[in-house]
Amino acid sequence: MNMRTALMGAAALVAMAPAAWAERGADGNVNVLYWQAPSILNPYLSSGTKDVEASSLILEGMAGFNEKGEVIPRLAESVPTVENGGISADLTTITWKLKPGLVWSDGSPVTSADAKFTYEYCTHPEGGCAQAARYEGIKSIDTPDAQTVVITFEAPKPNPYQAFVGGTSPILQAAQFANCLGAAASSCNDQNFKPIGTGPFMVTDFKVNDVVTLAANPNYRDPAKPAFATMTLKGGGDAAAAARAVMETGEFDYAWNTQINPEEQARLAAAGKGVFLNGFGTLVERIEMNMTDPSPSLPEGERSTTKHPHPILSDIKVREALSKAIDRNLLVEVGYGQAGRATCNLVPAPELYASDNTGCLTQDIEGAKALLEEAGWTDTDGDGIREKDGKKLSLLYQTSTNPVRQDFQALVKGWWNEIGVEVELKNIDASVFFGGDAGSPDTFQKFYADVEMYANNFDGTDPEPYLAQYLCDKIPGPDNQWQGENINRFCDPAYDELVKKMAATADMNERGALAKQMNDMLTKDSFVVVPLVDRGRLSAASTTLGGVVLNTWDTELWNAQDWFRMK
Amino acid sequence: MLTFILRRLLLAIPTLIIISFVIFLVVDLAPGSPASEIPLTVPPEVRAKILESMGVNQPLWTRYLLWLKQFFWVEPLYAIDALFGTDLAQGAQRIISYQTRGPVFDVIMQRIPQTLTVVGMAYLIGILIALPIGIYSAYRQYSWFDQLGTFVSMVGYSVPTFFTGVLFIVIFSVKLGWFPSIYDTTLKVTDWASFVKQVMQMTLPVAVLALFNAAEISRYTRSSMLENLGQDYVRTARAKGMGEGKVVMKHVLRNSMIPVVTIIALGMPSVFGGAIITENVFKVNGIGSALIGAIHGNDLPMVQTITFIFAVLIVLFNLIADILYGILDPRIRYD
Repeated sequence: MNMRTALMGAAALVAMAPAAWAERGADGNVNVLYWQAPSILNPYLSSGTKDVEASSLILEGMAGFNEKGEVIPRLAESVPTVENGGISADLTTITWKLKPGLVWSDGSPVTSADAKFTYEYCTHPEGGCAQAARYEGIKSIDTPDAQTVVITFEAPKPNPYQAFVGGTSPILQAAQFANCLGAAASSCNDQNFKPIGTGPFMVTDFKVNDVVTLAANPNYRDPAKPAFATMTLKGGGDAAAAARAVMETGEFDYAWNTQINPEEQARLAAAGKGVFLNGFGTLVERIEMNMTDPSPSLPEGERSTTKHPHPILSDIKVREALSKAIDRNLLVEVGYGQAGRATCNLVPAPELYASDNTGCLTQDIEGAKALLEEAGWTDTDGDGIREKDGKKLSLLYQTSTNPVRQDFQALVKGWWNEIGVEVELKNIDASVFFGGDAGSPDTFQKFYADVEMYANNFDGTDPEPYLAQYLCDKIPGPDNQWQGENINRFCDPAYDELVKKMAATADMNERGALAKQMNDMLTKDSFVVVPLVDRGRLSAASTTLGGVVLNTWDTELWNAQDWFRMK
Repeated sequence: MLTFILRRLLLAIPTLIIISFVIFLVVDLAPGSPASEIPLTVPPEVRAKILESMGVNQPLWTRYLLWLKQFFWVEPLYAIDALFGTDLAQGAQRIISYQTRGPVFDVIMQRIPQTLTVVGMAYLIGILIALPIGIYSAYRQYSWFDQLGTFVSMVGYSVPTFFTGVLFIVIFSVKLGWFPSIYDTTLKVTDWASFVKQVMQMTLPVAVLALFNAAEISRYTRSSMLENLGQDYVRTARAKGMGEGKVVMKHVLRNSMIPVVTIIALGMPSVFGGAIITENVFKVNGIGSALIGAIHGNDLPMVQTITFIFAVLIVLFNLIADILYGILDPRIRYD
């Protein structure tokens, strides 16, 4: 080996050094933009995405989800499974073991008592915990030693990865939150605005609904991470301005949820300062069919209740025809661009649960017309609208006020008019539509319309609670203050059976098969739910920001510890 | 004068109480609920518990009286405690925001500095530009300067700030890259470099707002000056052999200032109120953006408190305008 090769080798080593032995805080500051600014940094008091994601930089759970939806350990040594004995064979207990030597950002040790405290904090009856669903079905939490947390469930739990898993249920420091139980929760400003955590960053300053200033956690478990010494998480403005700040002016390194129209996406991407990242989760924009009669001629308290079946939509042929007339690919092109894809499924992912249902993807106007003829709806007076028994085929189609939704309404109305259906459009302010006020006639739960459109998804990777929303006893009505989740008023005893069966099934493949079956019952077999678009996440990252992986199963900032500045 | 001020202040109390009740009713009866901020993935039982813990479900009267007590009694006590280190409040319940679950006044105190620096500066610059333009335009009516001034103020007044704001961003931030498009509220001015940074980031929002403010004030100044320039006393002053400068700047200007001062004083509350649109465009995140955010989130306590503070300021500056009349015009006396 001569001098030259030796020098080259040394040079190569030096060049590789920054990657191999990266130093904590070596890359300065990273600017992140959430156009909806965080209001609070305690996900137990707010379920808003912006708040949960901002908190996830500071607070962590035992485990989280990676970009494929797999459970990955965070504070836990490993993910407990039935195979490794972490989950009991009867599925009633799960045992988490903390990594040894873990400390909070203030230097005190993380123990199992913190996890137990977190459970007590969220299940306190007066606390109004936003994530209470994550702790449902837990009988007790035991802490045999400082490292071990044993959760015992009331009944076998096929999906035990809920409590302490993901950004929505992190572990709080018991010492810090000790006086914040129950009704005192919202008076604990210091705690809620500056929680002490184990995550890669810690809060140095928090301006409510404006900006969070963070610094690298000096006690983070990986001594080489995070690469950034500080992070600024700014809020405000709108999605378009956020996209511009990363893609055009380059003032910010990462912008969350930059959902803008497809032409604008293309224009900004061409500027070359950043890239759009997209990923698909479970959010599906759909049209819901009302199986009950919303007619205003019915007395109040009987409209849209199971007392009166829908005069038009009770016929499956009409529902199928309405679904057939829609060109879902065009909807995607107009509304979402690369942030959406056409779907026929209510559960579009994870793969294990997603049905292979693609029958709705091609528009079939003629087929739709034929179906309506078959159902007895014919245009006898030649005005372009079909009638049956003297009743016009006329539908009221409502949704929330939002430019993309109004575009969709107009397009769908066009197609439905083409097959001889009269459509009246209505849009309602989102704060009313989703407000759930039992006194308002315009909530999506009350459903005083024939069809309505909105998007919904499920938390995490398990669709069981989501599919259980379509149980007969979850139909909204005056007796439950219109709070049920079965918006379509769908009721099928066979479906209820399947829900029960799934709750008692542990085998993953079998669960997948059941979920697919239920999905098909709601979509292609009955057309009660008419899925339109699988809506992805679209975020923008600067070309100088490395290590970013968009994750739709957990918070978008799930791997902020791995982010670095590309040189 | 003193009795006049006292009488006006006493009268303001019932006015403000009525205003506060009307605001409360309007905000409360408006459709929408903080529940719309909770994602659909949260089950109905949990949703109901969250709302209960916010106190949303209590009757209107209970909430209104509680708010009155908190606004007029508890919050001042906390303010005194903060100033003098006393403990008068003894942990009484403050006005709590639905969105942040923290005291509304903490948010307001965080936001006021940004709003005052940006919107206040814009107002000041607007006045400083407007007065000379207005005076000179009137003095040389129909000159090219007057025509130009009329054109600029028409543009400034008629083009909305959400348009000029975005236009300025596209030209000066995106194309030219001179100024930042996003205001950094964490910046602290400690040395020359940070001062320059502060000036840079204030330039665009201040320019947008100053243009808008100057347009209005310069028009009022111009028309008021024109009215006075044709008066007999101006001719008398000139006939006495007074210099033009003295005639215009002393005789005419002082008389012309009366309506202008009213406009300026009545515009002051909007300085505290922030500029909702401009603040949002440049992400200044002052009071204006806090208000709009609270309205979007159906955060009733925050909306109620901020709008009521505006009401107080408007009543107060009306009074100040009245007092200024007396100072500017010796003929006006309130006794």
